[in-house]
Amino acid sequence: MKNCMRKIVGIGLTLSMIAALFAGCGKKADKASDGEKVFYIGGSGPLTGSYAAYGMGVKNGAELAVKEINEAGGINGVKIKFSYEDDEGDQEKAINAYNILKDKGMNIMMGTVTSGACAAVIEKTKQDGMFQITPSASSTDVLKYGNVFQVCFTDPNQGIASAKYIAETGLAKKVAIIYDSSDIYSSGIQATFKEEAQKQGLEIVADEAFTSDNKTDFSVQLQKAKDGGAELVFLPIYYQEASLILQQAASMDYKPIFFGCDGMDGILNVENFDTSLAEGVILLAPFAAVEGIDDQTTKFVKDYKAAYGELPNQFAADAYDAIYVIKAAIEESGATADMSIKELGDALKAAMLKIKVDGLTGKEMTWSSTGEVNKQPRVYKVVNGEYALAE
Amino acid sequence: MKKNIMKVNLSKDAKYNLITIAAIIVVYAMCQIMIAAGMMSYLMKGLLVPFCYYSILAVSLNLTVGILGELSLGQAGFMCIGAFASAFFSKCTINLIPNTFIRFTLAIFVGALAAAIFGMFIGVAVLRLRGDYLAIVTLAFGEIIKNVLNTIFVGYDSKGFHFSLKDAASLKLQGDGTLIINGPQGITSTPQDTNFTVSTLLLIATFIIVANLINSRSGRAIMAIRDNRIAAEAMGIDVTKFRILAFTITAALAGVAGVLYAHNISSLNATPKNFGYNMSIMILVFVVLGGIGNIRGSIIASVILTLLPEYLRFLQDYRMLIYAIVLIIMMILNWNPTCIAWRKKYSLGSIFRKKTQGEV
Repeated sequence: MKNCMRKIVGIGLTLSMIAALFAGCGKKADKASDGEKVFYIGGSGPLTGSYAAYGMGVKNGAELAVKEINEAGGINGVKIKFSYEDDEGDQEKAINAYNILKDKGMNIMMGTVTSGACAAVIEKTKQDGMFQITPSASSTDVLKYGNVFQVCFTDPNQGIASAKYIAETGLAKKVAIIYDSSDIYSSGIQATFKEEAQKQGLEIVADEAFTSDNKTDFSVQLQKAKDGGAELVFLPIYYQEASLILQQAASMDYKPIFFGCDGMDGILNVENFDTSLAEGVILLAPFAAVEGIDDQTTKFVKDYKAAYGELPNQFAADAYDAIYVIKAAIEESGATADMSIKELGDALKAAMLKIKVDGLTGKEMTWSSTGEVNKQPRVYKVVNGEYALAE
Repeated sequence: MKKNIMKVNLSKDAKYNLITIAAIIVVYAMCQIMIAAGMMSYLMKGLLVPFCYYSILAVSLNLTVGILGELSLGQAGFMCIGAFASAFFSKCTINLIPNTFIRFTLAIFVGALAAAIFGMFIGVAVLRLRGDYLAIVTLAFGEIIKNVLNTIFVGYDSKGFHFSLKDAASLKLQGDGTLIINGPQGITSTPQDTNFTVSTLLLIATFIIVANLINSRSGRAIMAIRDNRIAAEAMGIDVTKFRILAFTITAALAGVAGVLYAHNISSLNATPKNFGYNMSIMILVFVVLGGIGNIRGSIIASVILTLLPEYLRFLQDYRMLIYAIVLIIMMILNWNPTCIAWRKKYSLGSIFRKKTQGEV
């Protein structure tokens, strides 16, 4: 009898605790929904873990843009609120982050940074009819429902553009590829690059993969490229691994042209990396932190440095553009902040097809109904330890 | 209710288990009421299914760690197998079986079966040995599975299935073909069939399976092996058979959790984050904090520790640091003998008992 009573009391206490916990959440959600109506942009990306640099870039870039817009009086006189959550680049966490942002009252989604997480979040934005624009999730999977707009190029497009550029400028005839087969971004570019390169008459002498669990020693891959006589090594990978490849190539006295995509941006900021090794590296990227390329970039780089004490990477530029694209879409559609999430989403989606935005990552950006961006890629070359536009 | 239990005169274990199931049902009902009343935040709504599959993972791992007394570090690997097998099945049959209920039920069995086969395979090879080999092999297994799945490309078209370990282009799919497993990009657009009700039912089923096993003849044999293998062998217990049995059930249930995971988040790829070594350790932490051998504790620990990182978000970068400290503090409070004595002395239950003692 005593035992039983104790258990019942215990269960009762547990239940009341749970109820209190859940009720607390409920109240928070209610609070966010009333009060002054603003455009509440939510973002999510990895702030911890191995992709933290990208998530931080997006956070900082977006915050800078939001600050500028609010100081200039907001969008049609309405202020923007911006809030950013860590999703660790993981699908499950990204859904949690999205739900937290929704609890806070988000009505526009600017995210996510990584493709895998984005592919999970699009299901949610589709259900809710929320407008979503991603600064850097470049896989084609996220375009499935046509409810997401990209600021960055899709991976396949980067592969095609790289192959075309190499063939048209006659940089090389024999090409080697080293890529990360466990990474969506890297294998996405590799697949289309290979296809396009063969069409363009380039000879692929080595197509070597590594995985994220095994990315410190590249001597085997480099040796194969060297033995095949590759004049150019295509590196559709992120800059950390690329910096190791450059070091190891130098130590084995192999000096081909190294060609990277937007993930290569950041190579000049790698700690303990001799930037002279990166001399002559060519990268096809929408943005590089070079002052003096145009006024907009110069201003952005200066402001960013002043605010965060470091050079902006391409992710920061993508996010900065994403916020201005949202602004342009709101202005075009005449949407107001008191619209429901779905109404706002529909209005902005329609407006996205009409707008033309001059951003940091491209002039006259336009969007197709699938969500893909149309803009001109730029090609940069490392000259004297700095990026310069390649002709 | 109370009187009924007394009359039937259930054993202590059965009562304990019934109370746990009743508690799960009551919490489930409360959640449904709160959802209906619009009182629940989106975050909590989104976490209800993860609570269930993490609980299933922890309860099933408890069978191996607590009851069988072996260390398994591959729980995430079995989850991964269940997730991929079932997602593959669901994607292939989405047009053949339009009925969600039938398709998802079959998917659950496919996931459980696939994980069980791998579990048995490992068990047969390793559980004959004495020592910590299971920990080593399951650790390796989890990592291997993750990497192998990242290199598999499978497509389907009018000519049948195409399989490749190189890239999607070498599948040479026809125009009408669809790519089902796309290497590192994994499986996308799996139908979202999981819901809170199904997850709760599966959690209860898991609980019943594990609790019944423990109280059965086989369960007693398994615990005898844990406590003294030589004595158990001398009593005529087939040690290897029962060890494989317990481990296979653990793997199958982890596969079920994987099915829930795959059909909850429609984009599935094997990354170190979701199916890696850290995930296996995290599930082990749920088990250890909830109490080794304590099934109810596993469920409670899973829920609390899944919720904790989300509630610590305001700490931003310090979140993971604080999370670790909280884990250590919880461990001390839960299992330090001094703390246990202190807790017993001042717990609400004992205060209540003292009061009632006078009345009785």
